[in-house]
Amino acid sequence: MKPLLYVRAESVGEAAAAHAGRPEARYLGGGTNLVDLMKLGVERPEVLIDISRLPLDQVEELPDGALRIGATVRNSDLAGHPLVRERYPVLSQALLSGASGQLRNVATTAGNLLQRTRCAYFQDVGKPCNKRVPGSGCGALTGVNRDHAVLGHSEHCVATHPSDLAVALAALDAVVELAGPGGGRTVELTEFHRLPQDSPDQDTVIRPGELITGVLLPPLPGGTVSRYRKARDRASFAFALASVAATVQVRGGVVRHIGVAFGGLAHRPWRARRTEAALLGSAPTPEAVARAVDAELAAAVPLRDNAYKVSLARDLACEVLGSLTART
Amino acid sequence: MEASDRPREHSPGPDSGPADRGGVLPPTHSRMTLKVNDTVHVIELDHRTTLLDLLREHLALTGSKKGCDQGQCGACTVLVDGRRVNSCLLLAVAQEGCEVVTVEGLAEAAGADGDLHPLQQAFLDRDALQCGYCTPGQLCSAVGMLEEARAGQPSVVTDTDRPTDAPVRLTVEEIRERLSGNLCRCGAYPHIVEAVQEVVVRDVAAREVIV
Amino acid sequence: MGATPSAPGAPVERREGRAKVTGAAKYATEYAPPGRVYGWPVPATVARGTVVSLDTSAALALPGVLAVLTSDSAPRLADAGDPTLAVLQDSRVPHHGWPVALAVAETLEAAREAAGAVRVRYATEPHDVTLTVDHPRAYQPDEVNGGHPGERRQGDPDGAFADAAVRVDVSYAVPPLHNHPMEPHGATALWRDDELTVFDSSQGGDTVRATLAKLFALPEERVSVVCEHVGGGFGSKGTPRPHVVLAALAARHTGRPVQLALLRRELTELVGHRAPTLHRVRLGARPDGVLTSLIHEVTTHTSRIREFVEQAAVPARVMYASGSSRTSHRAVALDVPTPSWMRAPGEAPGMYALESAVDELACALGMDPIELRVANEPPAEPDSGRPFSSRHLVECLREGAARFGWDGRDPRPGVRRSGPWLTGTGVAAATYPVLVSPSRATVTAHPDGLYVVRLNATDIGTGARTVLAQIAAQALGVRVDSVRTEIGVTGLPRAPLAGGSAGTASWGWAVHEACRDLARQLAERSGPLPPGGMTASADTAGTADAESPYARHAFGAHFAEAAVDTDTGEVRVRRLLGVYAAGRILNARTARSQFIGGMVMGLGMALTEGGGVDPASGAFIGSDLAGYHVPGHADVPAIEAHWIDEEDPHLNPMGSKGIGEIGIVGTAAAIGNAVHHATGVRFRELPLTPDRVHV
Repeated sequence: MKPLLYVRAESVGEAAAAHAGRPEARYLGGGTNLVDLMKLGVERPEVLIDISRLPLDQVEELPDGALRIGATVRNSDLAGHPLVRERYPVLSQALLSGASGQLRNVATTAGNLLQRTRCAYFQDVGKPCNKRVPGSGCGALTGVNRDHAVLGHSEHCVATHPSDLAVALAALDAVVELAGPGGGRTVELTEFHRLPQDSPDQDTVIRPGELITGVLLPPLPGGTVSRYRKARDRASFAFALASVAATVQVRGGVVRHIGVAFGGLAHRPWRARRTEAALLGSAPTPEAVARAVDAELAAAVPLRDNAYKVSLARDLACEVLGSLTART
Repeated sequence: MEASDRPREHSPGPDSGPADRGGVLPPTHSRMTLKVNDTVHVIELDHRTTLLDLLREHLALTGSKKGCDQGQCGACTVLVDGRRVNSCLLLAVAQEGCEVVTVEGLAEAAGADGDLHPLQQAFLDRDALQCGYCTPGQLCSAVGMLEEARAGQPSVVTDTDRPTDAPVRLTVEEIRERLSGNLCRCGAYPHIVEAVQEVVVRDVAAREVIV
Repeated sequence: MGATPSAPGAPVERREGRAKVTGAAKYATEYAPPGRVYGWPVPATVARGTVVSLDTSAALALPGVLAVLTSDSAPRLADAGDPTLAVLQDSRVPHHGWPVALAVAETLEAAREAAGAVRVRYATEPHDVTLTVDHPRAYQPDEVNGGHPGERRQGDPDGAFADAAVRVDVSYAVPPLHNHPMEPHGATALWRDDELTVFDSSQGGDTVRATLAKLFALPEERVSVVCEHVGGGFGSKGTPRPHVVLAALAARHTGRPVQLALLRRELTELVGHRAPTLHRVRLGARPDGVLTSLIHEVTTHTSRIREFVEQAAVPARVMYASGSSRTSHRAVALDVPTPSWMRAPGEAPGMYALESAVDELACALGMDPIELRVANEPPAEPDSGRPFSSRHLVECLREGAARFGWDGRDPRPGVRRSGPWLTGTGVAAATYPVLVSPSRATVTAHPDGLYVVRLNATDIGTGARTVLAQIAAQALGVRVDSVRTEIGVTGLPRAPLAGGSAGTASWGWAVHEACRDLARQLAERSGPLPPGGMTASADTAGTADAESPYARHAFGAHFAEAAVDTDTGEVRVRRLLGVYAAGRILNARTARSQFIGGMVMGLGMALTEGGGVDPASGAFIGSDLAGYHVPGHADVPAIEAHWIDEEDPHLNPMGSKGIGEIGIVGTAAAIGNAVHHATGVRFRELPLTPDRVHV
C-alpha cells in the first residue's frame, strides 16, 4: 500500500472533482474488496476518495413503480428492505447468500458491482495475470482453473465475476446510473460488465472518474416469482461455483415473462437469453426447461478442471425454473 | 468505576504516528476522533491504518484478533455504530466520529450486571472456546447478530413468508448461518451455537415476561 | 461457579477462559515492548533457483523503514539441524514462498510497503511440484514420521490377496491440507545485550529456546521464550518455525524489538502442511470376512530440504488381524514447501483410506461394517505381536451403534431419497498411539494453603492450566481451587511440547510425581510451613520414556449421517457421533471440546478442505481462507462425543491416553462411507466438493 491521500466527499460533484485528472485515485465505498486488494498490492491507489457518506444510501420507490437503490446502500440493508423482500426476493436471496454478516454490513451496492475477480492468479502479484498486468499472460488458463469460467472467456482471461448481487440484477433488467466528469448516463446492468476479450483489465464499461450513483430496478409484471440459488464448496461464506437467478411469470400455462442469469460461469453475470427465448410463450414442462437451459449452455467451453460447472449450472437452472414455474 | 456516559479524553501516545512531532501532519496522515469503548480518542494516523491495526497497535486493545487480515475469518469483528464489521477491512480514517465497541467493552456496552456480557458468561459455561483466538470475534459477531435478528434482518435461511420487520426467531439453523463469517479452527462451533442459543432463549423469556 | 469439583475427570471450567472472553489474554504479537518495530518477509515468487540480485534501495527510501535484511546482511546463524530455519543465510530458493528478504519498519504500513518495494531477480531452474503415483523419483524411505519403519511385511500378502475369496483393490487420494490455526504464526523478539527474549506462538517453548540458542550460538540461559496463550497449532507450531527466527534476526540487526506475524497466505508455505497422500489399499478376505491379506501402499511428497514422510500406512499395522500384510511408503522430494505435522499425521489420511476400504470390503461381502471390524479384531498388536495395554474398539463400535441408532440400518446404498436429498450413514474406526515424553515439574506448598505447580507446559487451547491443577489436586488430596498452575515461559521446569496428544500425559506425570512427593513430605512434618513454603520436584526422564512391553493406543468409533443434494452435489453432515476409549478422561468438559474439535477438522477434511499446487509457479493455490475452506458454523451439526470408562494400568499415574488428535482420525472415512451409503457412488478423492460429487 502506497502512502495515501484521503478525501472525504460530501457530494457527488465533489467526489468527481476530486477524482478528475488523477488516474491513481479510487473511490472508497465499503472498501471490503478495495482495501483487501490494496493490502495484496493489486490495487495501488495514491488517493482515496471516500464516498461512503454521500447521500446515496436510500432505497426509494419511483412513480412508475421502479425501485431506485442508492449506490452506498449496504448489502444487508438492501437485503432486508421490505420492498426488496416483497417484490424482488431473488435480489434479497442473492445478497444474503454472499459473503458474511459482517461483510454485508459494510459492502455497498456499487462496490459489489465493481468488485474484482477472486481468481487466485489475479490476487497474487507474483503470478502472471492479464487483468492485473496486461500482457503478462493468464496463469489460470493452463493452471489450476477449477473455479474459472466456462462461458465467454478468452485466451487472455478465464476469470469469473464473483458477485451474487449482480447476477440477480442481471435477471431483473436493472440499470446502472453513473455520474462522471462528462455528466450522467445509464447503462443496462447486462452491458455494464464486459467479457474479457483482449482487454481483461477492463472489468466494466465504467469510464475513468465515473461513479455509480445508483441502480434502477424496473417493476416486475404482476404475479412474477423469483429465486436465487447458489452452489458452493462450503455451506455458507463461499463464492459461487455456479449460481442462478431467475424471474418467471406464467399465465395460462405459458411463460409470459422470464429473466434468467448465471453466476460463477463467466467474466460477467451471464444473462441466459437463449433460455429465455426458448421458454417465452411456451409451456414450461420439465423437458422444455431442460432444452432451454441446454440451449444456453451449449456455448460452454470448459477448461481442464471445470467441466463440472456446466452440468452443475444446468441442474441448478432446471431446479430453479422448475420450482418457480410450479409456483406461479 | 467511572460513569459510562461520560466520555474520557485520551491523548495520543508516542505510538500514534510520526505526525505530532512538527505539529503539521503530512498529507498522508490525518487527525481523527474515534470513540472506542466509551473512551474518546483523538488520534493522528497514517491513512493506510486499518481500524484493526489502530486498535491493536496504537490503542493497546489487542482483544480484537488478526486471523487473516482479509475479512475471511471474522476474528477481528467489532461493532461500529452498533453494527458488526470486519475491522481489518476498514480504514480507520474513514471511521471518523464513529463509536466502536470491542470485546474489551462488551460488558460495559451492554450495561452488564458484573464484568461479563451474558454471551461471555455463556461461552464460559458451555466451554465455547479452546485456543481463544476466534473468541472475541465470535462474541462481537454474536452481539451484532442478535441485534440484527431482533430488528427483523433476514438471513438466507429465513422463512420468506414471515412478516418483514418482526424479530427473527433464531433457530439453530439461523444461528449457524448468521455466524458463518466467524471461523473457528478448534471446532468449538457446537458449543458456540449452544451458548448463543442459551442467551437467545433467556432473551425471549425475558421479553415475554415483560410483555 | 460455586462448588469446586475435584473428582477425577470433573468438568472444571477452563482457567484462562475469562481472560479469553474478555480479550485480556495475550498472544505472541500483543506485548508491545517499548520501541517495538515491525518485520515483514519478502517471499520468493519462484519454486527453485537462486536470488541473483536484490534491490532494496526503493524500500529503504520509504519513510519509517529501518532496514531490509537479505542473505548478505542478515546475522549468521549456526546449524540447528533444521534447514527450514536457515533463513536469509544464502541465495538458494528451495520452494515458492521461501523468505528472501525481510523489511523492518516503524509501522506495519511502512513494513508492508517496504517488503513490496524490494526488487528481486532470480535465476530459475526447472522445478517439479507434481506428485504422481508413478513418479520416477519416488523412493522408499527407511523411516517415516514418528520413527516408524518405512515398510513392514508379514507373510505373503500378494499371494494371499490373489487367492482371497473376496477382494478389494482401491485407490484414494488426500490432497495437501493446511493446519491454519486461527492465530497466524507470529513472534516478538528483543535483545538485551546478548540475551534474547521472544514471545512466540509455539506449542513448546523449551524447544524454541534450545533451537534459538543453537542458531544464535548462545547458552540456553540467555534465551527466554514466552508462550502464554497460543491460538492453536494443530502440529504447525510443534517446533520453531521461520517466523521466530526472522523476528530474532531482525531484532538483532536493528537493535529494536521486532514484532512479526506471518500473513495467512504465507502460512501454507512456511509452517508446514499435511503432504498429499496417494493410497492403494488391497484387502483380501474369506467369505466370513476374516482378512487374509492387507496391503496399504502410500505415495507422498516431501521437500528438497528436509525429509518428512507422512506415515499414513502405519495405522494399518495396528488395526486389524490379517493373515498377511504389507504396509509401505514411497516419497518424492519435490520443489515444494516442507511438509510437517498436522493433527494426527499418518493416522488422519491413513485411516481415511483404510477405513474406506474396510467399508468397501463390507459392501463386497454383504456384511455389516461393524461386524466386519469385530471379525478382524486382533488378539495382540498385529505388527509387533505385543499385547495391547487396553483396546476397546469393539466396545466403542457397540456403544456408538447403540447411541447412533445403527441397528436395523438398511445397508442398501442410494435408496433413501427425500426430495433432492439422498441420505446415508457411515461408520469408521479411529486409533491414535499413546505417546509420552519426560517432563519436569515442581510444586510448592505455601503457608496460606496455596499450592503452586510450575512447569513449562503450553496451553494451545487444550486447557492445560486447568487439567494440571486437577491432577495436582488429586495427587495432593486438596481442592482444585487451592492449586495455581504456572506455565508458558522458559525458566520454569523443562517440559515437552503440546503435541502428539502427549502434553497432558507427559506434564501430568511429572506434576503427579512432584505432588505425591510433596504430599509425603507434608505428611511427615509437623508445625507451620516455612515462609517460602515447601517445594518438591520431579523429573520423569527414564520413567515416562521407558520402553513398554505393551502396545498402547487409544481407539474410537465415528458415526456419521450425510445428506447429498442431488441438484448440486453439495454434502451436508447431519449428525456426527464419536465414542472413544482413551483411558481415563481427566476433564470431561475440556476433553469433550477436544474430541468435538477433532471431528470438526475431520469433517473439513471430508467435505471442504484441499490445497493444490500451481504447476507453473509451485505455489499453493487457494492459500487464504477464502480459497482454502475450513468448515464454518453452517457446515457443522450438533456433534456428540462420548467415551467409555477405560481402566489401563500400563499408561501413566493418571491412567490417561491422549485425546487431542483421535477425533480427526476416521471421521472423514465415516462421512465418505455415509456419502456412499447415500448415493451408491464411491468417491475416492477428498474433499467431497460439488465438482466431484455432482454427477
